[in-house]
Amino acid sequence: MSEMISVLKLDGTVDEEKIKAIPEDLIHKMYRLMVFTRQWNAKALSLQRQGRMGTLASVRGQEASNIGMGLALEPTDWFCPSFRETGAQIARGTSPKDLYLYFAGDSRGLRPPEGSRDLPICITVGSHLAHAAGIAWGAKIRGEKIAVLSSSGDGSTSQGDFHESLNFAGVFKLPVVFAIQNNHWAISVPFEKQTATKTISEKACAYGFDGVRVDGNDVFAVYLTIKDRLNIARSEFKPALVELVTYRMDDHTTADDASRYRTEEMLAPWREKDPIDRLRKYLTAKFGWDEKKETAFLEEISAEVEQTVRDFEAEPHPKPTDIFEHLYHDMPWHLKEQREEVARHQGEAAR
Amino acid sequence: MARMSMVEAINSALDVMMAKDDRVVVMGEDVGVDGGVFRATVNLIDKYGDQRVIDTPLAESCIVGTAVGMAIYGMRPVAEIQFEGFMFKAYDHIYSHASRIRRRSYGYFGVPLVVRAPYGAGVRALEHHSDAPEALFCHIPGLKVVIPSTPSDAKGLLISAIEDPDTVIYLEPKRLYRLFKEEVPEEDYRVPIGQARLVREGRDLTIVAYGGMVQISEKAAQHVADEGVDVEVIDLRTVWPFDLEAIIKSVTKTGRLVIVHEAPRSFGVGAEISALVAERCLVSLLAPIKRVTGYDVLPPLAKLEDYNYPDPDRVVRAIHETMEF
Repeated sequence: MSEMISVLKLDGTVDEEKIKAIPEDLIHKMYRLMVFTRQWNAKALSLQRQGRMGTLASVRGQEASNIGMGLALEPTDWFCPSFRETGAQIARGTSPKDLYLYFAGDSRGLRPPEGSRDLPICITVGSHLAHAAGIAWGAKIRGEKIAVLSSSGDGSTSQGDFHESLNFAGVFKLPVVFAIQNNHWAISVPFEKQTATKTISEKACAYGFDGVRVDGNDVFAVYLTIKDRLNIARSEFKPALVELVTYRMDDHTTADDASRYRTEEMLAPWREKDPIDRLRKYLTAKFGWDEKKETAFLEEISAEVEQTVRDFEAEPHPKPTDIFEHLYHDMPWHLKEQREEVARHQGEAAR
Repeated sequence: MARMSMVEAINSALDVMMAKDDRVVVMGEDVGVDGGVFRATVNLIDKYGDQRVIDTPLAESCIVGTAVGMAIYGMRPVAEIQFEGFMFKAYDHIYSHASRIRRRSYGYFGVPLVVRAPYGAGVRALEHHSDAPEALFCHIPGLKVVIPSTPSDAKGLLISAIEDPDTVIYLEPKRLYRLFKEEVPEEDYRVPIGQARLVREGRDLTIVAYGGMVQISEKAAQHVADEGVDVEVIDLRTVWPFDLEAIIKSVTKTGRLVIVHEAPRSFGVGAEISALVAERCLVSLLAPIKRVTGYDVLPPLAKLEDYNYPDPDRVVRAIHETMEF
């Protein structure tokens, strides 16, 4: 069983030597993105309760894993998320407004920004690991020096696609890093019922490449490890499995009630490990971050989130005929006919 | 031109496309050194190398799953599934992803992927080696399904499928692989997806068929011609989205329709054609539509295979019943 890589301690102290590759402005950026993600997420949950947002998987507690991953990628790298990577997606440049739009049930929110190399959210658990391997394979065949990062949860490691994708990556030496956010829960099934191994990282030995285990609530450790592994993948065609040990602090989604299977005693130790509190302690000790700065900062982020909500709610309702778009590159006759049917029934404004 | 069997024509299509476009890769079980269990990919590895002609581990789901990723990246993968009965391991990636990524990214990414598989019965094979699952793919929004019936169509359709911006399920009637040869252009040429072929013109009755059923329908048409019944035979070539116009035009002319496919009858392609004909040109019909198909059974093993696989006799009987109505 491999040691857990950890840099930022619970009390906010750090071995400065280990983070000398992280410039100060990047540390501030990490903090900003983590706090933004938490507020964006909290707002989404609140909107959901008011009926203004659809089903959503809360990312609270996993902000360090998310932001560490999102910032470790190069712009030319590819990122393949599942559905609890909203923070990583925002860090990569997906617009927070588009994510709101999507979770409120509007497909238009799914279109990545121009030039994006991020796949849309993958809801079926584990399948996008194969897509990540395929993208890495394509890049290797074409001679493009990039790496691919996939992210999924501990539940995904039970899927056949996990095994097959890691096996292909090992056999063909693909420039891909498989990050697993081990948040200890797959809806109601705890980690120990998901697998008989003590860790996820040790599974890598079945595929002929490295597995590493990282404190997933430590943004420095996540960032440095993922960045290092992406570099190795890019330059040496060595894939890796990276386990980010974290915890899902909320229900699985807004449609779940975790109190049916999870107690406060289980959550308590993880409240102590909160990724944002930890980084704030560091900022306080190192850069003199104080309550006044924090208050102003939180207000600023909150205003930004409120503006995002206004922007997304100002979007006009999608046209009913939109359902026929983007199924094929060129719309075949049967869809054209069905689109006409909708337009006829709903009136020309539907078009 | 050269005389080619269907499997040679498929090999030629892959060869032509690999030479022309270095984004094209061929991947699957035993497709490299062995040249495929039916030899559809023979010699390609010598010409294009093992980076582009890839012997994969034995994992259908990941063959298609990684091919989806490659296609998103910008490659033109042609993934081979060794037999149609093994496609269901990969069905998740076809159903849940290949067909959906374009919509899921609101038009930003596409999946220009071809999934090839030997298809259908008639070769006395083991279980899972004689299935006709086309309807299960036709029912998926976002996919195209192609089944050729001749060597020259096989080549032209496969080239079109590789160039198509969307995922094409390309099913190869394995009984036809080496059944006959015909003149096939050696260079690249296209048979457009979505266009049926008028195999034989006739006044009295329309047969719509595809794949291995086209030749069987032709034989039946030939047989009844001696009795004075003039049958028109249409080869769909693209099973979905099929050439409805060609069907409607023909049925409007003949007033009679027999649909022939080897796949199980219920909820099959014939059911969809019947519904559309009933919706569009019911008043042209002089007799009820007939379907000559595989029964709603598992493909029988060798000893009973012929009782399920439509033959010219069954088609002739359907023609008689329709004409005598």
